[in-house]
Amino acid sequence: MVNVMARPGADQIWQWLDELPDPEIPAISLTDLGVIRDVAWVGETLTVTVTPTYSGCPATSIINMEIEATLRHHGIENLELKRQLSPAWTTDWISDEGRRKLREYGIAPPQPAGGPDRCPRCGGTDLERISQFGSTPCKAQWRCRECLEPFDYFKCI
Amino acid sequence: MAGNDKDALLNFLLRMGDSALILGHRVSEWCGHSPVLEEDIALANTALDLIGQTQLWLEYAAEIQGEGNSADDLAFLRDAWDFRNFLLAELPNGDFGRTMMRQFLFDAWASILLPRLAQSSDPRVAEIAAKAAKEAAYHLERSADTVVGLGDGTAESHDRMQAALDYLYPYVGEMFLSDEGDAALAAAGVAPDPASLRNEYDALLKRVMNEATLELPDTRFTHSGGRDGRMHTEHLGHLLCSMQWLQRAYPGSTW
Repeated sequence: MVNVMARPGADQIWQWLDELPDPEIPAISLTDLGVIRDVAWVGETLTVTVTPTYSGCPATSIINMEIEATLRHHGIENLELKRQLSPAWTTDWISDEGRRKLREYGIAPPQPAGGPDRCPRCGGTDLERISQFGSTPCKAQWRCRECLEPFDYFKCI
Repeated sequence: MAGNDKDALLNFLLRMGDSALILGHRVSEWCGHSPVLEEDIALANTALDLIGQTQLWLEYAAEIQGEGNSADDLAFLRDAWDFRNFLLAELPNGDFGRTMMRQFLFDAWASILLPRLAQSSDPRVAEIAAKAAKEAAYHLERSADTVVGLGDGTAESHDRMQAALDYLYPYVGEMFLSDEGDAALAAAGVAPDPASLRNEYDALLKRVMNEATLELPDTRFTHSGGRDGRMHTEHLGHLLCSMQWLQRAYPGSTW
């Protein structure tokens, strides 16, 4: 049982959560992705508020499991995971750090214009869409006409 | 909540959840069978979004029903007569063109209804709709593009899309039927009267069908019986056999 005096603060908890990779795109963390909306102590219970990216995303339950396992590992026993649907998750919540890591990993980060700005491999700007959907609910498939490589684009929603 | 209002809300939630579930299951039948890999992935992702939305609607429906059921219980343990999905959702896939035409007809309705539901006086309905509206808008972009691409494509694809529209259009009107429960929900600001969405829907359909060089049938006749559970098509029972068999054969199985 974590006693009140030794109770880790929100900053500490965010630090632990920063280290959790997204289960499907391990290059970025759950905090980079922006799905963890709030961390707060309510009495003796730590409440972590999580929002799903897509309503049917199968990673959602894995994400909850990882959060719970990590926090329990750090000694937190009274834990509540709260699902928050509104405001709905938006790709605007992906951190700048997350966007940088996505590009390095080979996934073009979301753009308000609705398509990638440049090829994550060669930086080319002559791009075409192959499909509005991709290997996960959050991605679409594009191709670079300069290096001819296909690549994933993180859909902007 | 008074009995009548509760029944109206439950019916509404079942219509939303069941339509998403049955269409989601139908679309998932394409998994591994689509004409090209990209379409296979796109259809599977569309199905996934729909089944995700189902989870949210039916979870709330089960709470309102108050009989201790889960969303899974409602999906897997009810029989045909308890389903409240539109008949449109349960129709067989046919060819790829008919599947995409059905998807467009449904997405167009969802993309008009969901943003309005996001303003619902019921906060739970509002938050589910706000989430689903984003997905519906994305689905519509793809299904409308595909209807235009195939309609205004080759002579073969054009004929198939026209046949798909002729076959499916008599099921469209059911999405805009209203009953007393709908009137009560509209008065309470929970959901708009379905009939009030028709003009906007017709305008959208007209625009897309023009671009697709397809002709809208001029009859307003509509099949019905799904949203009120009066009489489903014979296709629903066969779909349920496949979707529910595991829970029927091995009750309570999990993995």
